[in-house]
Amino acid sequence: MATKIQSDATSALAGLLFDGMTVMAGGFGLCGIPENLILAIRESGVKDLTVVSNNCGVDGFGLGLLLENGQIRKMISSYVGENELFERLYIEGRLEVEFTPQGTLAERIRAGGAGIPAFFTRTGVGTVVAEGKETREFDGETFLMERALKADLSIVKAWKGDAEGNLIYRKTARNFNPMMATAGRVCVAEVESLVPTGTLDKDMIHTPGVYVHRILKGPAYERRIERLTTRPRTEKASA
Amino acid sequence: MPWTRDDMTARAARELKDGFYVNLGIGIPTLVANHIPPGVQVTLQSENGMLGMGPYPFEGEEDPDLVNAGKMTISELDSSSYFNSAESFAMIRGGHIDLSVLGAMQVAANGDLANWMVPGKMVKGMGGAMDLVAGVKRVIVVMEHCEKSGRSKLVRECTLPLTGKGVVDLLITDLGVFEINRGRSSVRLVELAPGVTLEEVRARTEADFVTDLA
Repeated sequence: MATKIQSDATSALAGLLFDGMTVMAGGFGLCGIPENLILAIRESGVKDLTVVSNNCGVDGFGLGLLLENGQIRKMISSYVGENELFERLYIEGRLEVEFTPQGTLAERIRAGGAGIPAFFTRTGVGTVVAEGKETREFDGETFLMERALKADLSIVKAWKGDAEGNLIYRKTARNFNPMMATAGRVCVAEVESLVPTGTLDKDMIHTPGVYVHRILKGPAYERRIERLTTRPRTEKASA
Repeated sequence: MPWTRDDMTARAARELKDGFYVNLGIGIPTLVANHIPPGVQVTLQSENGMLGMGPYPFEGEEDPDLVNAGKMTISELDSSSYFNSAESFAMIRGGHIDLSVLGAMQVAANGDLANWMVPGKMVKGMGGAMDLVAGVKRVIVVMEHCEKSGRSKLVRECTLPLTGKGVVDLLITDLGVFEINRGRSSVRLVELAPGVTLEEVRARTEADFVTDLA
């Protein structure tokens, strides 16, 4: 079997990128984003992208870099509050955005990877999200039909991975990454540590290797914090 | 004197019951966590994938992999668990969360809520708010009673794009507390902030409401 391990982000994306493609990118805000693969996509210059991601990074980091570079034609996202350029481009009509409720977005991706073409949800009934969509009553309540999402490529970030493509995420950096890994025609994963096969706890694997086609160890991670909030050491702990 | 943001969130915290699983929206609702009444233990859900959200970390102990839905660094508790976004919203949509506290731009007498965009001017996106109002058992809104221009935010009918239809149970503003009851009954003013008069509330509220308060 050919190895899944790639030496760097650029070679990991070799042959996968084309103008007009759909890319899913894991992460919530800047937490758990595939930093190195995003940089490699920026350097490739590929354009007219449809990007599926909960957010679009911030000005100057993460997917915000692709936005600044004019590579994104359309975003499918739930929240853009942290990105001024995004808001401006959208309001000026220069960026197409399919606003999707966060839970619906997660489920559309999950469905895409699980071979389920559509599902019904209460979320968004009676709002602009429901426009043009089929509704149906179940047990006296109205539900909205949402279609699954798939992508030509999904890029995800995990904490640890092995040569099989098995992945383990860390804390809230997991977020959209596991579903996106399943919904890309090809999934490229970048990890902080690439460990010898057999050393991951098999009961603790979040993404089984079948979903991951290529894997690389990121050379460096900035893991930028979006909003640093702390408490002084003198204060007593309270939830 | 009308309530401050701290007062409003303290009032919202009185709606918490022991054993509740609670989701607090970003912005003002986050402050509810500072006012959890003694003897009441709740588990905070963060929709980006965590149950059992702890307080802000001590300086120097912040972890970029541990943030809440507002992207703020937080800490974990012994009881915490992590999960992916689909699981998180299964929890929310599936009716497993007892209470959600959200901010708003407009609340209407029929229980409609608008809190995600002003067409042509401002767009943040709905984030998880549409899922929360569609799935959580009880929805409380905390907001300023009026816009900076003085215009009432408790309206007859929302003019902004909706987050949900007939979804608000209780509204807490700087002027008082209103039972909205998802629009199934008339809006009822049930509490006034100290020093605020009924006349003042009437003058500053677009929506019709009933009250037993003098």
